[in-house]
Amino acid sequence: MLSEETVQEIRAAMKRYPRSRSAVLDTLRAIQQQFGYCKPEALNEAAEILGIDANALQMLVTFYDLFYEHPVGEHVLMPCKNIACFLRGSDQIIAHMRERLGINPGETTPDGKFTLQPMECLAACDLAPMMIADETYYGNLTNEKVDELLEKLAASRTYRPSPEEMGAGHGNV
Amino acid sequence: MATYEPILLRNVGVPNSWDIDVALAHGDYQALPKAFAEFQPDQIIDLVKNSGLRGRGGAGAPCGMKWGFVPKGKREKYLLVNSDESEPGTFSNRMLIENDPHQLVEGIVIAAYAMQVPTTIVYVRGEFALGFKRLQNAVQQAYDRGYLGKNILGSGFDTDIILFRGAGAYICGEETALIESLEGNRPMPRPRPPFPAAYGVYGMPTNVNNVETISNVPMLISRGLEWYTSIGTAPRNTGPKIYCVSGHVRKPGNKELPLNTTLRELIYEHSGGMIDDRPVKAVIPGGSSAAMLTGDNLDIKMDFDTLAGLGSMLGSGGVIIMNDTTCIPCAVRRIEEFYNHESCGKCTPCREGTMWMVKLLRRITDGDASSEDIDHVERIAKTIGFGPPNITLCALGDAATSCVTSGVRLFRDEFEYHARTGKCPTARVPVAS
Repeated sequence: MLSEETVQEIRAAMKRYPRSRSAVLDTLRAIQQQFGYCKPEALNEAAEILGIDANALQMLVTFYDLFYEHPVGEHVLMPCKNIACFLRGSDQIIAHMRERLGINPGETTPDGKFTLQPMECLAACDLAPMMIADETYYGNLTNEKVDELLEKLAASRTYRPSPEEMGAGHGNV
Repeated sequence: MATYEPILLRNVGVPNSWDIDVALAHGDYQALPKAFAEFQPDQIIDLVKNSGLRGRGGAGAPCGMKWGFVPKGKREKYLLVNSDESEPGTFSNRMLIENDPHQLVEGIVIAAYAMQVPTTIVYVRGEFALGFKRLQNAVQQAYDRGYLGKNILGSGFDTDIILFRGAGAYICGEETALIESLEGNRPMPRPRPPFPAAYGVYGMPTNVNNVETISNVPMLISRGLEWYTSIGTAPRNTGPKIYCVSGHVRKPGNKELPLNTTLRELIYEHSGGMIDDRPVKAVIPGGSSAAMLTGDNLDIKMDFDTLAGLGSMLGSGGVIIMNDTTCIPCAVRRIEEFYNHESCGKCTPCREGTMWMVKLLRRITDGDASSEDIDHVERIAKTIGFGPPNITLCALGDAATSCVTSGVRLFRDEFEYHARTGKCPTARVPVAS
């Protein structure tokens, strides 16, 4: 079930750290890269390579926010809902996303394009209200900016903004 | 005093500042040869002790003292650099690793030399995809140029850096949970003692420092003790601090300033003032774990001891500014929901207490509560947090109570009004800057 690439990554991670068990998070990331989520059967195979109990992997999947137990959309939208974004209107931004996508937090659109996963503080309060989508930060969100971004993401599985589109990109000093 | 020129953040905005050639041209790796040439390892520890450098991650522990706890001699031991920055309101580590990863690498090598540590592990928050990539690149470049690995710059000193990427959990910023996470276990805090300096990563002596703390080390070497202690207020609040300013100010962002900067200067001189010139109603001065202060405190120095004296803390330096449109009960509820989500579940008071506080706060904000419920949520908070006795293993339990106890103490009338009517006592309007 595990691809050659995933197995290679697990074996490389086992050598990367002073103790091979430290490779568990990289292992789960590799599995998620291959399947889009942490597929239970894949965890069993990976646990064998690591020489640990599969339950030890499963309990990490349920603990960390960035691992998914179930399949998710092509793009996972992670608007921040914590205090600094809240003060600058994040609940209104999230309400807009819910309405536009027609889904609740934690759900995926029927076409499999988007999962809405509001997050706790993403360490970019200077960009509030902000979100992460496909590992990229988007700041100073407005309803219009969200609409524009959703259209671009819907059109392409691999859309990434250019540095110009990102504006300052790395936050304010 | 003279205007302070940023050092930690001096390279933010420099094109390709994360590349080693640019970093070299902008002052990185100048302290390292000096450290090897002019200092014995113990002398660096003494220098850090005398500098008054205190941990920037939240606890504010004296850095040099912590370094001194690490056993001497050649053996398996670790420097663990904490970049699992997740404290609400804090975003300095992200900026440091994205924009000046070489400053961190240089700081690590100097710290490793001082403690004679063969291996450093940098734990990077899972969400920091760009920062991790830049740090990976920086570490590789440092190996290629001889700033890492064997016999660094001909000094005879060997040290390595390993990067570890987390996967999204606030508790991993707590040092013993961080160690558990790194070891591949479910990240739940360990009882102390033993402290990490004796029993840390893989059971080996370990020193844990924040990215910002370590990034202070190169300037301390290159500019010297006298200069460093002239910044801020000697002896206990020295050096520059990156204040992460967010909320209702015109120009939120990372502001690197001396540790004796006042709140008024921070807001009005460095953050463009308040949006629409509205008054400051409340401030959380050190990340959401710090107790709230009212807007009457604008002239306080934003340092460790002043804030501790006011019953709050500098914490991670996340300064969250709230104007008069902010509904305090709603803000407190939102913060408490965060702690409830992030409580790892190991200690009963924190796991159950945060859940009950959220339930009560939701009833209060829904207008389905009485004065007794306000007393009740306050009582729960006082039971969990800030002993004696300490009834939770780590500080998350304490941290989860600050917003409740300070919010109710300072703004009780708002809680009463909300509990009765279900309405915000102030019109909380979305802000566009």
